[in-house]
Amino acid sequence: MSAAAEAKAKPINNLAALNLALHDAMAEDPQVLVLGEDVADGQEGGVTGVTRGLSTKFGEKRVRSTPISEQAIIGAAIGASLVGYKPVAEIMLMNFTTVAMDMIVNHAAKLRYMSGGHTNVPIVIRTMTGAGFSTGGQHSDYFEAWFAHTAGLKVVAPSCPEDCYGLLRSAIDDPDPVLVIENMPIYWTPGTAPVSGARVPIGKARIVAEGSDVTLISYSRMVHECQGALAKLGEAGVSAELIDLRSISPWDREAVLASVGKTGRAIIVHEAVVPFGAGAEIAAVISEALFGRLKAPVKRIGAPFTPVPFSKPLETAYLPNAEKIAEAAIALVKG
Amino acid sequence: MLTNTYQPDTATQLEIFRRMALLKANDERTRKMITNGRLMTVYYSYRGQEVIPAAMSVNLKDEDYLCTIYRGIHDMLAKGLPLKALWAEVAGRVDGTCKGKGGPMHLTYPEKGVMVTTGVVGSSMPIANGLAWASQLSGNGRVTVANFGDAASNIGAFHESLNLASVWKLPVIFVCQNNRWGEHTAYHLSTGGERIADRAKGYGMHGIHVNGNDPFAMYSAAREAVERARAGEGPTLIEAMTYRFNGHVFGDADRYIDPAEKAKWIEADPYPIFRARLVETGVASEAELAKIEADFDAEVEAAAEFGLASEYPAAGELTTDVYGVAA
Repeated sequence: MSAAAEAKAKPINNLAALNLALHDAMAEDPQVLVLGEDVADGQEGGVTGVTRGLSTKFGEKRVRSTPISEQAIIGAAIGASLVGYKPVAEIMLMNFTTVAMDMIVNHAAKLRYMSGGHTNVPIVIRTMTGAGFSTGGQHSDYFEAWFAHTAGLKVVAPSCPEDCYGLLRSAIDDPDPVLVIENMPIYWTPGTAPVSGARVPIGKARIVAEGSDVTLISYSRMVHECQGALAKLGEAGVSAELIDLRSISPWDREAVLASVGKTGRAIIVHEAVVPFGAGAEIAAVISEALFGRLKAPVKRIGAPFTPVPFSKPLETAYLPNAEKIAEAAIALVKG
Repeated sequence: MLTNTYQPDTATQLEIFRRMALLKANDERTRKMITNGRLMTVYYSYRGQEVIPAAMSVNLKDEDYLCTIYRGIHDMLAKGLPLKALWAEVAGRVDGTCKGKGGPMHLTYPEKGVMVTTGVVGSSMPIANGLAWASQLSGNGRVTVANFGDAASNIGAFHESLNLASVWKLPVIFVCQNNRWGEHTAYHLSTGGERIADRAKGYGMHGIHVNGNDPFAMYSAAREAVERARAGEGPTLIEAMTYRFNGHVFGDADRYIDPAEKAKWIEADPYPIFRARLVETGVASEAELAKIEADFDAEVEAAAEFGLASEYPAAGELTTDVYGVAA
C-alpha cells in the first residue's frame, strides 16, 4: 500500500495530527524548540497531550516546561528566534494571550519592520480555545480579530487533521510570527490523516463542498457545524458551497470572491462574537468587490456579543450550530 | 553588596574613559542640534549615566547580545553601534541602522550584538532571556545584557524575566540603571524596598548593588556578572546607582525635580572626576585625553552631518519588511 493510501486508511484526530507535526518538525530541524506550561513529559506532555513524547524524544533542553509567565514565554521565544532558533511557544488558552500582548503585538509583530528587515521573528504561538466544555468566560474566547488586525502577525485556524498538521508545519517554516488557533472540543474529532511532510500553505482556503446558491465561509470548529448544515440544506433544496478558510490572516480572497461571484450569496460563520469580528472584514471585502453582483446582503453568523456563559444551556445557546446555520442560509436563499 | 574582586588595568581604564568620551560627545552634539532646530526628535538623554555602559562593555565581545530601552543610545554606542548609521537612523534616513523605519527607540545592529531596543518599559528583559536561552542551547558562550531603569523593576516583565532566568540558569545580566526617577515619579513614590538588588534573592539569583558612577566598582560588578554567565552559572541583577542630568525627555522643564538635588549630582559628574584621576595616576596625559575628546567631537559632528545629509527612505519602504513572505 502507498504511504498516502496507508494514511487514508487510518484516520487520526486533530490532537494527534498536531502532535505528529511537532514530532516531524523537531526531527527534521534541530533548531525547532517547544516551550510552554506543562509541555514536557514530566508534566504530562501538555494539558491535553499535544506535546506528548517530545521531551522524551528530543530532550528537555529543546522541549521546556515553563513557569506560569506568558510574557516570559513569548519573550523567550522571540529572543531565541532572533538568532536562528524556531521556537513553538504554547499559550495554554487563548484568553491568556492577553497577558503577553506586549510581547506579541509590540514586539513579535513589529521587530522585522522596526529593524528595517535586519531581524525577524520566526516564532509559532500555539493556543487552544473554544466554548463547549463549560469552562466559562475566561477560558473560551476567540480573539483572532485582534491579531489579524496587527500588521506583522499571521493567524491560522485549522479544522481537520490534515490542516492541523499542514498548517502547523507551514507555520514553523514561516519566517514571521504565526498564531495557530486550536479548538479544544474538536481536538478528538477524527479525520483523514495527513501525509507525512505535507504542508498546507498559509493563505489558501479549501473548498469543502461545491454548490451554487450560497457560499458558506468558515474556519475552525464552525466548519464542522457548516458541514452538518449541508445535509439540511440539501433537503431544503439549497445548494451550498462550503469554504474552509484555514487561514484568517492572510485569507484566501481569490477563492472567496470566485465562489461568491458564482453563488451571489455569502454567509461567514465563526465562533467569535459577531460584532467587530473577522467576518466583518471578509464581508466588507466581498461587498466592495462584488457590489452589484450580489443577490443578497452578506451575512455573518457567530456568537452573540456576550462573554461565554458557564451554564450548559446558555453556553449551547451562545454557540452557532448546524441548525442555526441552515436556517439562516435557507432564509437567505429562499427569502 | 559592593564587590571589588576585579580591578581594571590601566589599558582597560583608558578604554573605559574612551567610551565615556564617545558617549558624552554624542549626547552633547545631539542636544545641541535639537536646541538649534537642526534635529527634530524626541530624545532621552543619558548624560550622567556614561560609566555604566562603558564599564560594562569592556567586558563584552561583539557577539555578545544587548537589549536596551529608549534611554539606551549610550549602551549601544559603547557596544559598538556605528555613529553614522546611528545618526542617519535618528534623523529618519534610509542610511540608518533600520532604514529610518525604527528610529532612536528601535535601533538594531546585529553585527555588534545590538539585537533589540524597545520603547516599552521592561520589555528588554523577556527578549534578553530568549537570546540567553539560544546561547545556552548552542553552547557558544555568548552572554546577554538587558538594560532598563529603576522604574522598570516594577513592571510584570521584570518579575517574569528574573524568575525564568533564575530557574533556567540563563547566561543573562540584568543591568538596572537606577537614576532615581521613573519618568516624573521619584523612586520612593514608586518602588517598594530599599534596594532593587535585594529583589534578586527573592528569585534565587545573585544581586549586586553598586555605585554605577564609579568606573572601578562598575567594572568589577560587570566582570563578575559576565564571568558568572559565561561559566554557565546563571544570571545576575546589577543595580547600578546613577543620575540623569537632563530629566526624562530632553527639553522638559524638569519642574518635578528638586533643583538642589539635580545640582548636587551634576557637580559630582563622574566624567571629569575619572578624567582627572587618569591624569593624576599617570594612566594618560592631559594631552592624550584632550585628543581623544577632540577626535570624538569631530567624528560625532561628521556623523551628524552625514545623517542629516542622507536621503529619506523611498515611499515604497512604507510597505516593505512587514512580512518576509508576503501575506
